[in-house]
Amino acid sequence: MSSDLISTDVLVIGGGLAGERCAIEAAAAGHKVLILSLVPPRRSHSCAAQGGMQAALGNCVKADGDNPTVHFLDTVRGSDWGADQEVARIFTEEAPVAVRELAHLGVPWTRVRGGKNSYVIKGERVEIEESIENDGLIMHRDFGGTAKWRACYAAAATGHAALYAIDSEVVRLGITVRDRTEAVELIHEGGRCQGAVARCLRTGKHFAVVAKATVIATGGYGRIYGQYTTNATINEGMGAVIALNTGAVPLGNMEAVQFHPTALAPSNILVTEGCRGDGAYLLDKDLNRFMVDAEPEKQELASRDVVSRHMKQRMRDGKGVDTPYGPHLWLDLRHLGEQHLTTKLREVWEICRDFVGLDPARDLIPVQPTQHYSMGGVRVNKDGQAYNMSGLFAAGEAACWDMHGFNRLGGNSLAETVVAGRIVGRRVAEFVADKDFEIQTSVAFAAMKKAERRAAEWLNRTGSGPSVYAIRNAMGETMMGKVGIFRNGEELEEAVAEITHLLAECDKAVLRSRVPGMNPELTFALRLKGMLRLALVTAKGALLRTESRGAHYRSDYPLRNDAEWLSRTLVRWADDEGEPTFSYEPVGEIDLPPGHRGYGSDERIEMRESLEQYNDGVYERQAVHGRLATVEAAGSRLRRGEWKGLV
Amino acid sequence: MTSNEGGAPRRLRFEIFRYNPEDPGSNPQMQTYELDEAPYMSLFIALNQIRETLDPSLQFDFACRSAICGSCGMMVNGRPALGCRTLTSDLPDVIRLHPLPVFKLIGDLSVDTGTWFREMVEKSEAWIHAEEAFDPEAQEARMDDELAQAIYEGERCIECGCCVASCGVANVNEDFTGPAGLNRIARFMMDPRDKRSDADWFEVVSNADGVFGCLGMMACHDVCPKELPLLEVYAYLRRKTLAAAFAGKEE
Repeated sequence: MSSDLISTDVLVIGGGLAGERCAIEAAAAGHKVLILSLVPPRRSHSCAAQGGMQAALGNCVKADGDNPTVHFLDTVRGSDWGADQEVARIFTEEAPVAVRELAHLGVPWTRVRGGKNSYVIKGERVEIEESIENDGLIMHRDFGGTAKWRACYAAAATGHAALYAIDSEVVRLGITVRDRTEAVELIHEGGRCQGAVARCLRTGKHFAVVAKATVIATGGYGRIYGQYTTNATINEGMGAVIALNTGAVPLGNMEAVQFHPTALAPSNILVTEGCRGDGAYLLDKDLNRFMVDAEPEKQELASRDVVSRHMKQRMRDGKGVDTPYGPHLWLDLRHLGEQHLTTKLREVWEICRDFVGLDPARDLIPVQPTQHYSMGGVRVNKDGQAYNMSGLFAAGEAACWDMHGFNRLGGNSLAETVVAGRIVGRRVAEFVADKDFEIQTSVAFAAMKKAERRAAEWLNRTGSGPSVYAIRNAMGETMMGKVGIFRNGEELEEAVAEITHLLAECDKAVLRSRVPGMNPELTFALRLKGMLRLALVTAKGALLRTESRGAHYRSDYPLRNDAEWLSRTLVRWADDEGEPTFSYEPVGEIDLPPGHRGYGSDERIEMRESLEQYNDGVYERQAVHGRLATVEAAGSRLRRGEWKGLV
Repeated sequence: MTSNEGGAPRRLRFEIFRYNPEDPGSNPQMQTYELDEAPYMSLFIALNQIRETLDPSLQFDFACRSAICGSCGMMVNGRPALGCRTLTSDLPDVIRLHPLPVFKLIGDLSVDTGTWFREMVEKSEAWIHAEEAFDPEAQEARMDDELAQAIYEGERCIECGCCVASCGVANVNEDFTGPAGLNRIARFMMDPRDKRSDADWFEVVSNADGVFGCLGMMACHDVCPKELPLLEVYAYLRRKTLAAAFAGKEE
């Protein structure tokens, strides 16, 4: 084999927590694994997760009585019933194991201090006696939308600590990582994925990786919102793009986009929900704590979609602080005290000092809601196996597994990365163990030629077309302005038209630079069309979904509509087709019936059919959309009705 | 030094090191660009503006742009720093940018820290050496929160490479473990979950490529963007390894 074609058992695309945890599982089972990563793995965006990882260990007083079932209830309610409930079940049961495994691998979790502890809860400073018996176990902090304190944390650097522990394990196992490498095309034929074509970001050269199993773990697609995202510059959604380009694999719930209430204004750097979990307030320009009236029960700790909407509304009502960059609100951490801020929220304290020159012990912090998380992604079954494409898996934020539905709870994504990594990794290992695999180099080389042609076409295009960066900026303005926190049919129509126009502009765009090597402008140009395609299916999915659910809020259809929209959006769009194709599958078997979330609006349109009718043949109706068979029977992990004593 | 209140913004002059090893026609040189300063302008904002409006071929690395991922170490007026959290308002009108030394150059301001740090982790086996396999059924082992905080203090290193670039020894001895490497070793040394003995550690750090290679100039301590207490880290390592040496002698 030539150097532009290499082979492996398992190809993992993405070196963040989900990809690396998956790789560990496959490598530990004795398989040859190759990880491709845009950046050195420890620089993956997993490192930016700050406040915590949800796992129902129940170790402190405010977590007393917690268990995976309570966590399941919180997760399904948080999802506004959009989640696959079996997956939420699997997740909540495995999360405690995953967190303890990270402790075993070295994460310095904050621990319970037996004896008197001082906390700020709903605006009051309270003293709570933690039991001596639990001294030294993993501590929890409060987060939004949860019945118990459940987020396990290492100060405000939880993702960093987890990623370093997992990456150390990758090194210990000797797993090969090719950093500065981007997967640009899936190799597939007849519904079987055979690996991916990659582009080296040192040299700009393409090569093919043939693999028995391929895992997409490339994180979210927040950068389709331009600068209006907490996401890193590398979160451009290329994993979702290469899956979408096949035309066979659907993306799920792309319109389900999370806006985090507290991004630092104006840079949009994340300030963790752990701040509010630890007792911080949201204030308007009159220093009024508006969330107490808006959500008397949960206050600042309602779910992110609900808090973001209240904040946006507050600013629309003229109660924001006006600046040349637009309005913002305040996050008040002052009452938590310097000692707390410089230890348990140290990274927040540093960010405030470094990026806005403020000291949260003395100053109010300017915040605004901003794109943060992609609930949508490559649609997979509970094994992480992509719909319609044998041998292709996805895990973490890149996947629509789908435990988050239309709103993810804070701390559930960091936990998802390692839980899904463990589970999907196990399935990948089983898959490659009993698969004979014939390498057809012709398929791989055809895919590589296609990728090379795409790059050559950019380099050959001449004239005075628009710049790729101008198109990207316009995309960001459209997405935040018209596919944001409050959506309506008119603006979504405009957004679809604008993105469609930008797609045409993209075909006319011209590079200013033709330098040899990776060529940063070419590297971005190669992603732009894919990003626009993701933006279009997001906007169009939002336009088609005429209801409000979780983070998808339609001012013209303000109610959740369980009669017509208790469904998951699926979209397919081959790269040589003109239009995306939308279809809708059931969310999965429903165990916890749709109801009030406990925060936000209690008005909704009820289901017309009974749960029994909805659940009857639900897995067959998903199979029609390409859901492949799972190792364990569908629904086998659901533990039906076990929540009943707790509601 | 930020833009004059109400007046014209400051004109910034960037002198940037340019070299593209992939281009046979490229020669190492400094290139100059000018920009108007904006409020809260960081080098992340400035460099992207240069690339998007003045020179699309310019190579540099950013990812999180919030001083957490460690991608953007660079020499800023002769001093290693993270580009994303360096505000132009803290700099003079002329800003000279070079790639970090020690690391292999990829192009312009972009260097290969990934390979360097992976080798460091492999060499020092910077992972928990547990005696027993993970038991998924068992409750987590307890740890005193004070100790967890102490481990976390060292864990905070983001491997940006600023300390390595600033280190006189690392600049001349490529086998030197380097400040970030020594910090990582100390972090595992104090972690009771890591079962390596003092004698094992003695092998790793007690030589000229380890803590005794350090000449004590402490530029690392001054430039660390995470303000890691490296002075205390080296003292801890020396104390531990000397104690191990004496213990060995008594046996």
